[in-house]
Amino acid sequence: MEQGRIYITSAVVLRNGVMVKDGSVIFRAPEKGAAFLQAAYEHLGIDYPRFYKMDLLSKAGTVAVDMLLRVHLGAWAYRPEETGMVLSNRNASIDADVQYLEASKAYPSPALFVYTLPNIVIGEISIRYKFKGENAFFISETFDADWIHWYVTDLVQRGLLKACICGWIDVMNEQPDGCLFLVEQAPAATGQLFTAENLWDIYNKDYEM
Amino acid sequence: MKKVFVLSRNIVSPLGNTAKANFEALCAGQTSVKIHHDASRSEVPFCASLMDPAFFEGTPSFTPFESVLKASVADAVTQAGIDPSDPGTALILSSTKGNIGRLEQYPVTDELKKEVALTVSAERLAKHFGFVNPPVIVSHACISGTLAIITAKRLIDAGKYKTIVVAGADLITRFILSGFQSFHAVSGTLCKPFDANRDGINLGEAAATVVLSADPSSGNEKIIIGGGGVSNDANHISGPSRTGEELFMAIDRAMKEAGTGAADIDFISAHGTATVYNDDMESRAINLGGVQGAPVNSLKGYYGHTLGAAGLLETVISIESLCNNKIIPTKGFETPGTVEPISVCSTLIEKPVQAFLKTASGFGGCNAAIVVVKV
Repeated sequence: MEQGRIYITSAVVLRNGVMVKDGSVIFRAPEKGAAFLQAAYEHLGIDYPRFYKMDLLSKAGTVAVDMLLRVHLGAWAYRPEETGMVLSNRNASIDADVQYLEASKAYPSPALFVYTLPNIVIGEISIRYKFKGENAFFISETFDADWIHWYVTDLVQRGLLKACICGWIDVMNEQPDGCLFLVEQAPAATGQLFTAENLWDIYNKDYEM
Repeated sequence: MKKVFVLSRNIVSPLGNTAKANFEALCAGQTSVKIHHDASRSEVPFCASLMDPAFFEGTPSFTPFESVLKASVADAVTQAGIDPSDPGTALILSSTKGNIGRLEQYPVTDELKKEVALTVSAERLAKHFGFVNPPVIVSHACISGTLAIITAKRLIDAGKYKTIVVAGADLITRFILSGFQSFHAVSGTLCKPFDANRDGINLGEAAATVVLSADPSSGNEKIIIGGGGVSNDANHISGPSRTGEELFMAIDRAMKEAGTGAADIDFISAHGTATVYNDDMESRAINLGGVQGAPVNSLKGYYGHTLGAAGLLETVISIESLCNNKIIPTKGFETPGTVEPISVCSTLIEKPVQAFLKTASGFGGCNAAIVVVKV
């Protein structure tokens, strides 16, 4: 089988009131948490009403992936089963857990309970874009570029995926902390090569100047 | 591709603390699902499979969730005769809600929110057993256990590790129970997987472990994880696919990777939660896979739905089936009632069995399947 190399075709960082795409700050706002995500949603002209039902983890994922996929301008070249998602974080769904727990003292709400799993953000994004391929949610103390790189490369090399959204997406005390990558098996160089080192570089860069 | 062998296996559940004890209990038709009156978990009586509270006494340095995991890992490691501190050995943990019970018991502070993370439990257990590699943690709703096995298989295939201990657990706290109750998804009596009158799930507590390795054990019976696949419905966050096509995709990938055709599958260990929609979806996927002739069981009538442990627990029982040539019947099932016809196993079948298919599906639209083969 001919193996195209794997490239990072886009990267979005979301942290500390700043949203960065492919190295450039595209949105900055003084608001925190839910208000920041709401402002980003409006500023970026996203139109997806399900956003309003989501917990913060899914909202953060939705905003970041919307930006990530704009490189494709609506023309998605892959079949549903060829696109996957491999995400990770430290705190699973802790903010949604606390919210459900508090609300459940009066009335346990199914609309809140369903978000008390970290992989729901994968489900939400999969619904929006019809991604049906391999998906996985891992928990690690900090972003583990080596692990994400190994796991996604293995899926591509097995011929299971041609494109994958991968990276880190966490929310703690209403603060989103995300760094998501779109990686694709491409015949010619587009973007940076998909290596753990390049993932680390993008994740670690200080974008708050 | 390397062969991935099962070196040992364990279940810690209300039915026993070894794989053997659990399998014997199931062969004898025992179930741990019953009505509980426990105001600390629910104002109303509920039907579930719960660990004896006495199990958790005397291990103050571990949370209840960690205690049940620790017991399961300890037995599996001892049976496999492996050294967790070997640099070629790793630990994979699977859970949906881990230490969520602590969030209910104490005031919610920033420290507590950090403390309940699965990384903290994984670290504690890795240290206890002496694992030197950082643990891998899978938290992917109700496919967590199955996905953890698939992840371990891939790591061993790739030569990253020689041996991997894969363990999963969940406990049923007020948080989880009230959530499923809020969905009106919980049956008030013993659940009825694949039955025409099924009316919802029972929840259950357990831990289960398999030790997988590139090196076969010295015993006669050699069991391998033949293949695995994962997919997403991209349809609904709390309801399954209407067509079953996506679970079928996972089944198809698992069977292709294992090199097994439909005729090679001797039985199917289904997810079989006993909700109307899940069981219908599974019946569609099983038919799409052309394996509707194989006996299908669900173990939810014995253990309830053990969430992040389910994929592991049900795989362990099914491996016992391979070794003992006995297929466990579906407790609670009486009358066929799925949208597509399947061959629900309703009495203990004794016959030579070589391979089984295990399926799992969960919130977020996730599906996973593995094929396990006796070689």
